[in-house]
Amino acid sequence: MPPVASRLISLFRKWSIKMTKLNELTIADARDALAKGDLSAVELTTSCIQAMDGAQDLNAFITETPELSLERAAQSDARIANKESRGALEGIPIAVKDLYCTEGVLTTAASHILDGFVPPYESTVTENLRNAGSVMTGKTNLDEFAMGSANVTSHYGPVKNPWKLDDGKDRVPGGSSGGSAAAVAAHLSLGAIGTDTGGSIRQPASFCGIVGMKPTYGRCSRWGTVAFASSLDQAGPMTKTVRDAAIMLQGMAGHDVKDSTSVPMAVPDFEAAITGDVRGLKVGIPKEYVIDGALEEISAIWKKGAEMLRDAGAEIIDITLPHTKYALPAYYIIAPAEASSNLSRYDGVRYGLRVEGDSLDEMYANTRCEGFGDEVKRRILIGTYVLSAGYYDAYYVKAQQVRSRIAEDFNTAFQDVDVILTPTAPSTAFAIGEKMDDPIVMYMNDVFTVPASMAGLPCISVPGGLGEDGLPLGLHLISKPFDEQTLFRAADVLERQANFTAQPKGWEINR
Amino acid sequence: MSLDTDTVRRIANLARIKIEDEKLAPLADELNQIIGWIEQLSEVDTDGVAPMTSVTKMDMPSREDVILDGGCEDKVLANAPSGEPPYFAVPKVVD
Repeated sequence: MPPVASRLISLFRKWSIKMTKLNELTIADARDALAKGDLSAVELTTSCIQAMDGAQDLNAFITETPELSLERAAQSDARIANKESRGALEGIPIAVKDLYCTEGVLTTAASHILDGFVPPYESTVTENLRNAGSVMTGKTNLDEFAMGSANVTSHYGPVKNPWKLDDGKDRVPGGSSGGSAAAVAAHLSLGAIGTDTGGSIRQPASFCGIVGMKPTYGRCSRWGTVAFASSLDQAGPMTKTVRDAAIMLQGMAGHDVKDSTSVPMAVPDFEAAITGDVRGLKVGIPKEYVIDGALEEISAIWKKGAEMLRDAGAEIIDITLPHTKYALPAYYIIAPAEASSNLSRYDGVRYGLRVEGDSLDEMYANTRCEGFGDEVKRRILIGTYVLSAGYYDAYYVKAQQVRSRIAEDFNTAFQDVDVILTPTAPSTAFAIGEKMDDPIVMYMNDVFTVPASMAGLPCISVPGGLGEDGLPLGLHLISKPFDEQTLFRAADVLERQANFTAQPKGWEINR
Repeated sequence: MSLDTDTVRRIANLARIKIEDEKLAPLADELNQIIGWIEQLSEVDTDGVAPMTSVTKMDMPSREDVILDGGCEDKVLANAPSGEPPYFAVPKVVD
C-alpha cells in the first residue's frame, strides 16, 4: 500500500473512533483503539468524567475520583507510548463498588457507620485491576453493606435506574451493586466491579440491561473487600458485553495468599474461550424455576433463551434441582449469621462513626444503633438469634445441611449437562418505594440467583430482551465449578442470539 | 418458635445494638415473620446429611508462622475516632 493511502486509512480510523461517544465504547473496542494509538486513555477517561457530570441525578456514585482517574489515565498513556502496556485493561475506565477498600479513597459500604473511613490499603481485586492498567473512575453506590436487592438501603440515598418509562416514576437499578449497574448502563464507565453474595451482581445486571458475572467462589480474592457473608461473597465484573466480562475477570482473578479461600489455581484465558460455537453443548432447564408470582413474560423469555441456544446447536435437557425452593430461606439463615459475626467489628473504636456513651458497652450499642440502617440491623439480629445458644442446631446447622442438599442437586445435574439456563430475576425493575413493606417480598428478588450462590458456582446474567413494560430482563447461566470458560462461551452465543441493542432513554432529561 | 420482646431485647444486647423499648414489639413482629418463613426448612429431610462448611473442596492452606506485615502503627491508627498514638481510646472500663 502506498504510504499516503495507509496514512489516510489511519486518519480515517482515528476520525471515526472520535465520532463515537468514547464512553459508549465496549472494553474490547477501546482496548483495540488504545493499542493502535487511535485514542488516548486521557480522552477516554475525560469522556467518562463528562458523562458522570451529566448523570448526577442517577446517584450512581458515592465518591467520584476525576483527578485520580486522569492522573492514572496519563500514566497509562505514558506506558502505552513507551511500549510498556500492562495488557487488555490498560487505560480502561472502571467504576468500583464502594465495598472495595481503596487506598487513600473514602470507602463507605454505603453505611453511616463507616463515616470518613479512608483505607490505608488496597483490596486485592482493585489492586489487580490497577496492576492490569485500568483506571478507577470512582466508588459506586450500593445497598448498605451489600444487603438489599434494590439499592434503597444506602445511607447515601437510592440509585435511579437509567431505564425509564413514561409514567414519571423512578425505578430501582436492583441491588446490591446498583450503582455499578447504573454506571455501566448509562455509559458512565466502560465496566464496573460489583460483588455478589446472593445475586448482587446478576439481579442489577438484569434490571439495567447489562452483563453481570459472578465467578466460582474462590476465583477472586476477598481480601480488602468489606465482608458481608464470607462463605458467599465473591467479586465479579459488570459490563456491556460478555467478551468485556471475560476481559475484566482476567484482570481481577487469581490466587492470593491473603485470602485462604482463594484457590491456588492458574487463571485460564477467558476471552479465548469465547469461540461462538455451542454445538453439542448440553443445556439444563430446571423445572423448579417456575415460581408463583413471577410474571408470565419471565417464562416466555426463559423459553426463548432455550430456543436461541438450541438454534445455535446446543442440546436442551430437562433437569431437576429438587431443593431449589429451600435455597432462599437457608440463605436467610447463613448470610445473616455470617453478617452478624463480620459486622461485629464496627464498634466505634478503631474507625468510622462513634456515638459516645457512659460506658464502653453503651458506646458500642449507641454507635451501632445510629450507624446501621434498619435492614442491616434486622439481619444482624436474625443472625445473632440463629447462632444463639439453644437455636444453633435448629437453624444454623439445619441451613448448612440444606446447603449441602442444594450443592448435591447441582452436582447431580452437572453429570448430565454442561450449563444450566434459568431466568435471572422474577420481574423487571420496579419503582423506588415498592416492595418496601415486607422484607420477604424484597428477598424474593433473588429467588433465581441464590441457589447457585449457595453452591459457589460461576454464573452470569445476559440481557435476554425487554419485558412487556419495555424494561430489560436477564437470562441466567450457571456452570460447573471453575468452568467459567464454558460459561463465557455459552453466554456469548446467547448474547449474539438475543441481539439486545436497546438502550435506556429519558434519564438525561433530569440532568 | 417465636420471638417475644424479651428475646428481642436479649439478642439486641448480644449484638450490642440499642433498641428503644417502643420499637421492640414491632421489631419482634418483623423478625417473627422472617423466622416463620425460614421454618419451611423443617420440611427438608436432612438426616445423615453433613453440614456444608466449605464451599470449595480444598484443604485450608498453611504457612510458616512468621510476621509478614506490620510496623505501620500510624496507618492502623489513622482512622481512629479517638485516642492518641499508640492507643485507641475508649470510655473508662475499670474503676
